[in-house]
Amino acid sequence: MITVTVNGRSQHFDVAPDTPLLWVLRENLALTGTKFGCGAGQCGACTVHLNGVPIRSCMTPIQVVDQMQITTIEGISNDQGLHPVQQAWIDHQVPQCGYCQSGQIMSAVALLDKNNHPSDEEIDRAMAGNICRCGMYGRIKAAIKRVSDGDQKFYDASGEVNNG
Amino acid sequence: MGKWTRRGFITAGVIGSSALVIGVAIRPGHRVAELTGSVADEGETLVNAWVKIDTQNQITAIVPHSEMGQGAQTALTQMLADELDACWEDVSFIEAPAEDGFANYALGKGFILGDTEVPAILMGSVDGLFLQLTKAFHLQITGGSSSIRATGVYGMRVAGAAAREMLLAEAALTWQVPVDALQTKEGKIIHKATGKQAAFSEFAVQAGRREPPAKPKLKAITEFSIMGQSKPRHDIPAKVDGSAAFGIDVVVDGMKYAAITAAPVFGGSIIRLDTAKAESIPGVLKVVDLGNAVAVVAEGYWQAKTALASIDVTWGKTANDDVDSEAIFAQFQRDINAAKETGESHEDLIIGDPVRGAEQWRVVERQYTVPYLAHACMEPMNAVASVVGDSCEIWTGSQNPLGFRYDVAAALDLDPENVSFHNYFMGGGFGRRSVSDVAVQAAQISRQAGLPVKLIWSREEDTRQDYYRPAVMSEFRAGLDQDNRPVSWENIYVDKHDPAEAPHIPYAIANQKIHFVDSPTHVPFGPWRSVDHSQHGFFTESFVDELAYEAAQDPYQFRRDMLGGHPRLLAALDLVAEKSQWNVPIGKGRGRGIALQESFGTVVAEVVEVTVQEGQVKVDRVVIAVDPGFAVSPDGLKAQMESGVVYGLTAALYGEVSLHRGRVTQGNFDTYNMLRMPHAPVIETHIISSDANWGGAGEPGVPGTAPALTNAIYAATGTRVRDLPVSKYEFDVEFREENNLSS
Repeated sequence: MITVTVNGRSQHFDVAPDTPLLWVLRENLALTGTKFGCGAGQCGACTVHLNGVPIRSCMTPIQVVDQMQITTIEGISNDQGLHPVQQAWIDHQVPQCGYCQSGQIMSAVALLDKNNHPSDEEIDRAMAGNICRCGMYGRIKAAIKRVSDGDQKFYDASGEVNNG
Repeated sequence: MGKWTRRGFITAGVIGSSALVIGVAIRPGHRVAELTGSVADEGETLVNAWVKIDTQNQITAIVPHSEMGQGAQTALTQMLADELDACWEDVSFIEAPAEDGFANYALGKGFILGDTEVPAILMGSVDGLFLQLTKAFHLQITGGSSSIRATGVYGMRVAGAAAREMLLAEAALTWQVPVDALQTKEGKIIHKATGKQAAFSEFAVQAGRREPPAKPKLKAITEFSIMGQSKPRHDIPAKVDGSAAFGIDVVVDGMKYAAITAAPVFGGSIIRLDTAKAESIPGVLKVVDLGNAVAVVAEGYWQAKTALASIDVTWGKTANDDVDSEAIFAQFQRDINAAKETGESHEDLIIGDPVRGAEQWRVVERQYTVPYLAHACMEPMNAVASVVGDSCEIWTGSQNPLGFRYDVAAALDLDPENVSFHNYFMGGGFGRRSVSDVAVQAAQISRQAGLPVKLIWSREEDTRQDYYRPAVMSEFRAGLDQDNRPVSWENIYVDKHDPAEAPHIPYAIANQKIHFVDSPTHVPFGPWRSVDHSQHGFFTESFVDELAYEAAQDPYQFRRDMLGGHPRLLAALDLVAEKSQWNVPIGKGRGRGIALQESFGTVVAEVVEVTVQEGQVKVDRVVIAVDPGFAVSPDGLKAQMESGVVYGLTAALYGEVSLHRGRVTQGNFDTYNMLRMPHAPVIETHIISSDANWGGAGEPGVPGTAPALTNAIYAATGTRVRDLPVSKYEFDVEFREENNLSS
């Protein structure tokens, strides 16, 4: 039995230990916001946070995250509403097909948690692992800057309800 | 109850006893060219627009196009709401179900049969007349950038305007005033003199019993209040919190998971399967032999995928087992050479006499090629299917829901009436999701397994089992006169699809011959964002650029001088030159390239700026001038241009599907590279509203991108990229800066 805290809730799984976290989230917990894109850590659509750090869940066997904290796209907003990064995504009308956006947002949130005012190069580096086939990179970058340009109140990392 | 307009058939009715419904069926003869082949007979209609006004004055548009990120559903609703003078906050939309009613019948059989999939709001508005109008052709396509320019212009606007006129007429009768004493605004009818007002809904029922107008009057652009505004897209909030449901997210009762591998050589089939190991893996329920593919059904997807990898498949030999990309291009060359020798080819366009008709002081000959391309939607192909007895249910994201329904029925030998279809958001479409192969596979697997299954392709399967943008070779021969003006243009290429005009040029060259030869290969063809424009834009705009340099003229001015008869193209070209500061030098190792292409009714002029360092190309900036006639949602249009540019850049820089021993070499994103944020340029879009016929948005940003890029690389380096992708080339920044006309 493997135990993982997902979005603040302790979950127990009886699955093959090499099963990627992605499929456990999607099939066992019905958290389908985390997407399958490549199965090889190439596209970032499956990005979630492991103890606050972005990881590719399609390449992460469930046994590796035993007893750890996972946050998914479903876990970053709270009762007060959307996470500021999500709101910025709406304000900039970022998504087109939207399929990659959970992963994009999780990468952006992780970046901003670590670095409130990332430079263009830091944004590029943090987001390079996330492919957007609809090509919305300009809008993604603008939305990240919108959050980082705001004051501390606008972007408050504690908006993330879990991870401790 | 209904009337023909010039372009369509309008009907009206009352649902239950409370709401007005207006429908517009679009008449043939005005259909978009690329769909022509799918419409067999006069009398068949293409798409419908519907609107409902309920007792609470809530307005619902029924949109017959699916959403793959292009924002068409919101934009179409804007078109209807504006003509109706609705209050935008009270307007919502739903996607039309996969019923004939939304494709060819103005009202589908499903309504009459009481199919539960049909939205209840349509029940009761059945009008037998409609069913007599048409025959089925089962087409409900989102593609060809057709949403706005066909459904929107001929359907949505007409439906909104008709509803408004009927409401006004009813109000005038009720209040005993002339119609012209009334006006409409934000969902209300207002008596101008007294200020008396009432909601549309007060007149909805009576209005629904009126004869619809034959020619509802559409607004002039100056009267628009909702069209032309960038309304937030309705689908976006669900796409930032993980709640948006894509096909891959569907869960149905009792559903199991399937992974699949199809014959690596297209057309291949299984001759032997060793499934013993797979079947011993815990969770595996069944191994399914589809003849040309093997699938594993298991409790979970990971189990299915793992078990699939353990199956030893022996594929039968095919005639194409030794075919590689080199052989395909050699075949193209042979077929083009043969056509030139024998004169046997298909004519595309002949103007004047390109061979003898002009004094050719100098002849320029060039050849270009593009490789096969996969679509690489972010959401790998997938479908959920449940076959029970002689009926089937499908859940997936489709650009052609009705076509999927009929394809599944045909493949499983079921009555289409017994196949129901549920459409979901598409994680990218780009043409790929107009092909029903995955839905058919899912249904076949479900039938064999006796279970509802969710079939998910691996990324590798998605790349290797696509319906590809074709590989194409195109050869040009142009004559320049003594003053270096082009006097003849001859172009021969292989493989023609749609749109027919894709290889045509707008430039005033007196003698032209454009022709093609068939050179079939075993690689399946599919529509790929902008279809034939994607390759011909590269070919023609590269060659025009080469002619400019051959004539020692500025590439912008050279084009400009040949655009006399095309004011829209000229305006776009001038605007992009101005906004890109074409005439301002940009320095060593950098270059600008320009390109111009009209496609799907929209004119796009594009300038790409590159820096080339140590042989590496960095795209710094892309400037676009776009004339779609009118921008229904300016921000939506900009988003589509940005998207088209990145799609085009990805293809031009890296995109190549190559064949080796009959099979596709590329698999995951490590071998089929995508543009990522660090390499994405700044993209500026400048919109021209010329009020020409309204064009599309989803595709026109693609065609000019590759040639503008390679023209820029030439300006920066002197290396002319004639065979895509650019990644094949090495660059020399120093080569020809003294002759760099654009800097």
